[in-house]
Amino acid sequence: MPGDTLMPEGHERHDGGSFPLSAAAAAEDAMPGVAIPVTEQGPGTAGPEGGDVATSGGALRQITRVFIENKLAVIGLAVIGFMVLFCFVGPLLYHSNQVNAQAALQSSNQNSVCPPCAPGNGHPLGTDPSGFDLLGRLMFGGKNSLIVGFVAAAAATLFGVVYGAVSGFVGGWVDALMMRFIDILLSIPQLFLLIVLAVIFHPSLHILIIVIAVVAWLVPGRLIRGETLTLRVREYVQAVRVMGGSRTRIVFRHIIPNTVGTIVVNATFQVADAILLLAALGFLGLGLPAPQTDWGAMLSNGVEYATGGYWWLIYPAGFCIVIVVVAFNFVGDALRDSLEVRLQQR
Amino acid sequence: MIGYLIRRVVQAVVVIFFVLLIVFVLSQVIPGGEARAVLGTKATPAKIHQFNVLNGFTLPIWDQFYQYLLRLIVHQNLGYSYSYNETVSALISDKLPKTLVLVGFSTILALVVSIPLGILQVVRRNKPVDYVLTGLSFIFYAMPAFLLGTLLILYFAIDQHWFPVGFNQSQTVGNILSDPRGLVLPEVTLAALTIASFSRYMRSSMMEAMTEDYIRTARAKGAAPRRVLYVHALRNALIPILTLLGLSIPAIVSGALITETVFNYPGMGFLTTEAAFKTDIPVLLGTTLVATIATVAGSLLADVLYAVADPRIRYAR
Repeated sequence: MPGDTLMPEGHERHDGGSFPLSAAAAAEDAMPGVAIPVTEQGPGTAGPEGGDVATSGGALRQITRVFIENKLAVIGLAVIGFMVLFCFVGPLLYHSNQVNAQAALQSSNQNSVCPPCAPGNGHPLGTDPSGFDLLGRLMFGGKNSLIVGFVAAAAATLFGVVYGAVSGFVGGWVDALMMRFIDILLSIPQLFLLIVLAVIFHPSLHILIIVIAVVAWLVPGRLIRGETLTLRVREYVQAVRVMGGSRTRIVFRHIIPNTVGTIVVNATFQVADAILLLAALGFLGLGLPAPQTDWGAMLSNGVEYATGGYWWLIYPAGFCIVIVVVAFNFVGDALRDSLEVRLQQR
Repeated sequence: MIGYLIRRVVQAVVVIFFVLLIVFVLSQVIPGGEARAVLGTKATPAKIHQFNVLNGFTLPIWDQFYQYLLRLIVHQNLGYSYSYNETVSALISDKLPKTLVLVGFSTILALVVSIPLGILQVVRRNKPVDYVLTGLSFIFYAMPAFLLGTLLILYFAIDQHWFPVGFNQSQTVGNILSDPRGLVLPEVTLAALTIASFSRYMRSSMMEAMTEDYIRTARAKGAAPRRVLYVHALRNALIPILTLLGLSIPAIVSGALITETVFNYPGMGFLTTEAAFKTDIPVLLGTTLVATIATVAGSLLADVLYAVADPRIRYAR
């Protein structure tokens, strides 16, 4: 099974289940053999009580400084910021009908034999085959892509972190059992599992988020379990035990807060992965039901018209997917680097 | 070595058993059950009951699972597809070889391209070539297979007419191989994504190897830089690639699903997408199961190769 007994230390972080869709995998691979560095949180980051991460100004400032010095990271952050504004604030400034297909069809039919209409005539990016304004559609679909990306990544991370921390902390046969469960699920090619779930539970936005989280939590689960194994034998954890702190307290107040670096880095890649998974489902026609859409579904619509030279049906949506995913990868890489640099300087 | 092999095979069998269990459980949660799916929405309750009894759906659940395993292992019976009017095993045995052709060639292509690329990046590290390749790998990494495939079709098939646009659904493996022009774009699409991650891994794996003590020893004893690079560093850097290969198989199989759908390539992935549209659960679960078994077998093979290549693994544990 993937990543079981054979993996040298750093490889445990590799996600076998989702290569083309998993930004996390390659990024983790870029540093093979580097012992998971973020476990070494400075004393400032997590005191004995572990929870006061945000208050430790020095460490945080240092991380921020290293992060800002990384040009790619700043570009990535800017792209993400722009896209969030574009998708969430954009529709307030640029009004377009994205729900009533009939009205859209009529209004675009008035003057010519389209849709899909070429850019111009009040539609800066043209219209799609149903007559929806494409610029507005990019915002409308992008909103779904981003919502699913953020929420599914958050849900997957949350569950994975708790699962991994409990598994690693309890140890013994419970740990073995919990990890074999992850191995088994990881051995099912991610997209196949996703499709089966999407067909069985007819997707709405909420169900899609759950379904994507269900296939995505395995990697953070395994990562955090690995970190927990190294953290549970630390002096401060022993100290809490001696003082009579409950196991729940140890896991939630001491172990999980100390894995926060790994969590944040992994969550960043998770967002990119979730956006790609939604796009893949949308492309296969198994995503959100009409008139809802996302960038993947828009692209799939455009492909049907590929032979006719309708470039505006393909390039804008494809471009949006790629730059958002690249942006998240840049930010994730930079976050990991800045956490590492801080540790090297200590 | 033998002990390791046995342990590894047992692990694989256990994984497959539990995947079977998961697939079986999923087949039980289909809304409305198979009777509704087959007999239609107008079937009377009596008819449905008769269908359920006939197919053993009224038996206790563990008994059903036992029957399911028995059918599967003894008769290779994966169920019947009512939308294709064919057994699922027949459908899959027709499509699986074509997917193996696609995945096999693209994986070889990915290895052949990404290993030299990784080496090149190490030789020219922090030079323009390195930066350009790193940037490209970032972009290809973020590029979903369906986008890359679409762009390749648009340019090379539609604009330039260099390659055919899609595949005839009735093509056999022989047909496909006898006119391999059609294979070029799907293979490149699938390989490009693998190359993006493999070359990055190769680069860092080589970098890592270059910092090892034995490299310093080799240099100190006067080995030529070329020899140090290709013999001492490369051999050690290649070993992790085998692991990566094993780990990447599920992902490559997922990528094949998308690639096949983009190019209408008549393999398992395309079958899966089609079945998903038709809500043909038996086919869907059948392809998922077979894809998983292929994945587990592939990972097993990669691990065995790893153990053969690296003696340290054999004696660990």
